Amino acid sequence: MSGVEGYMYPNEITLFWSVLIVLYPYITGLVAGAFILASLERIFRVEAVKPTYRLALLTALAFLLDAPLPLQLHLGHPERSPEMYFTPHSTSAMAMFGYVYLWYLMAVLVFEIWLDYRRDIVLKSQQTRGLLRLVYKIMTLGSTNISERALAIDEKAGWIVTLIGIPSAFLLHGYVGFIFGSIKANPWWSSPLMPVVFIFSAMVSGIAGVMLLYMALTKMRGQTIDMRCVDTIAMYMFYIFIIDFSLEMLDLVHRIYEADESFRSLNFMVHTKLFFSQIVVQILLGTLLPLILLFLTQVVKMSEKARKRIYTFSGIMILISVFAMRWNVVIGGQLFSKSFLGYTTYKMTLATREGLLAAIALTILPFLFLWVLLKLLPPWDHEKAHAPAAGD
Amino acid sequence: MNISRRHLLILLPTAAVAWKSVLAGTPEESPNYKMTEHWWGMLIDIPKCIGCGNCVRACATENNVPEGHFRTWVEQYHVTDWNLTNPEVISPDGGKEGFPAVKEDPNGKYFFVPKLCNHCADSPCTQVCPVGATFITPDGVVLVDPKYCLGCAYCVQACPYGCRYIHPEKRVADKCTLCYHRITKGLTTACCENCPTGARQLVDLKNPNDPIHEFLRTHSVQILKPQMATGAKVFYNGLDGSVR
Repeated sequence: MSGVEGYMYPNEITLFWSVLIVLYPYITGLVAGAFILASLERIFRVEAVKPTYRLALLTALAFLLDAPLPLQLHLGHPERSPEMYFTPHSTSAMAMFGYVYLWYLMAVLVFEIWLDYRRDIVLKSQQTRGLLRLVYKIMTLGSTNISERALAIDEKAGWIVTLIGIPSAFLLHGYVGFIFGSIKANPWWSSPLMPVVFIFSAMVSGIAGVMLLYMALTKMRGQTIDMRCVDTIAMYMFYIFIIDFSLEMLDLVHRIYEADESFRSLNFMVHTKLFFSQIVVQILLGTLLPLILLFLTQVVKMSEKARKRIYTFSGIMILISVFAMRWNVVIGGQLFSKSFLGYTTYKMTLATREGLLAAIALTILPFLFLWVLLKLLPPWDHEKAHAPAAGD
Repeated sequence: MNISRRHLLILLPTAAVAWKSVLAGTPEESPNYKMTEHWWGMLIDIPKCIGCGNCVRACATENNVPEGHFRTWVEQYHVTDWNLTNPEVISPDGGKEGFPAVKEDPNGKYFFVPKLCNHCADSPCTQVCPVGATFITPDGVVLVDPKYCLGCAYCVQACPYGCRYIHPEKRVADKCTLCYHRITKGLTTACCENCPTGARQLVDLKNPNDPIHEFLRTHSVQILKPQMATGAKVFYNGLDGSVR
């Protein structure tokens, strides 16, 4: 049979989780990571990253709105997906999705953004005209009091929401890792480290994504990039990436040392079918190279220009690396037989419901969402309004 | 035997009804079937399997199994003395049309292993279903409700035995039902009924008169992948250690 080496159980030859299921944990990871970056400023008082605070929240929201779409497209019967809310199966990790998603979207992200932007929204509802005015008026939810006292309450409430948001972000992405890590039938997935690895790689990708967006948008607006901010983000990205890489290597070393019955099969797969996506893209180019470069920025005095270049290159490589990691988990986990006697091939389709074009469209979509959000809730007005405070 | 005209007149309609029933495959009605009185499983007697593929064909016909997917299949193992843990396995088209003839191997052995859903008592597939569309019945059969299944394929990933697939037309999870529509009416499964050597036998573990009890006492019987702790209820007699 074409694309099959050795023996696969006959029902295993076709992969049932496609590139869209690769995209799903990637997107939720970006959400979680972006939110963690926002919380650095809000909770941990890392003032240097303040210029990215609102952008990080809007990025998280844009990607969160996109997150369920790959799943919906993948489902055989998307019209039945509300059943996960009405009759969730208590023993299923996946059944949690609806609740975790809604909790994170409504109780955390939207609420926090609303609290943070409420003053701006009220002002815009008074300053704009026509349809836009109506939109802003609806967004005020009837809460138009922007007195000092009211804003102080907003600030306090926002802090509490962010505090709740941090474990929620961990829950959102940790549970995605658990979906894979809890499948005992699949030795490539089954690992208690999986949720932790997913969380740390999510943080790295989200932070890299927001850093790149901040740099690109600032340049597009003809403004100066705040190097103190970018340096701080890059430092956090570097340290979290070290933890992420260490965890992944721990998992790998553990597998190699234990060498259980699945090892021969998995080892063969890593050296053949996953060699490029895992060894070359994920580990060498996507992890070691940016880690070395980021390490150099920490220990060697470099010009601003050189640092910017390294951050941009490292950010892009990290995003590629984390995508490759998701690919290697989701697709890699289906390429070998549960008999450990053979391997199959993933044949990605082009213009089908779960094909390449759908995946590309779903990757572009959050940027459209972000564009609308940036137009509606510009994050930089805040900078201007608080400009004198920055020098305090 | 002399049959009078009167007897013939009585027998003919009875035979006609019986023949019609056979042709239509209509099983007897069993209104007294009580789910709690049964605990179904299957016994596979590996030395008896000749790899004819009758079971695969019967299953496909009985259950309208889509082409290229299998509710049951047969594997041919070739295990050599010097490589016990790395057997050569084939299952062309699920063994539906049987297997090519093999030469005698003085240093190895050939045997067939029929596979199907293990109707696990602690099945990982039912555990992971996000809406409970797949479930175990009180009589021990793992089923999928096709009107409720989302088609997310999480159960396909969770099955350690590769017994599930997504039905290409219905777009829901599909698998062996142990011919539930038949066994609840007092019939055996299509695969068991069509096995020419009796290598497959439907067993009812709650029936004290079922010969399975005697068989389990007197034979060395195993299940597939016991380390998975799924409570599999397909029992294999003469299972080689190389089988995965």
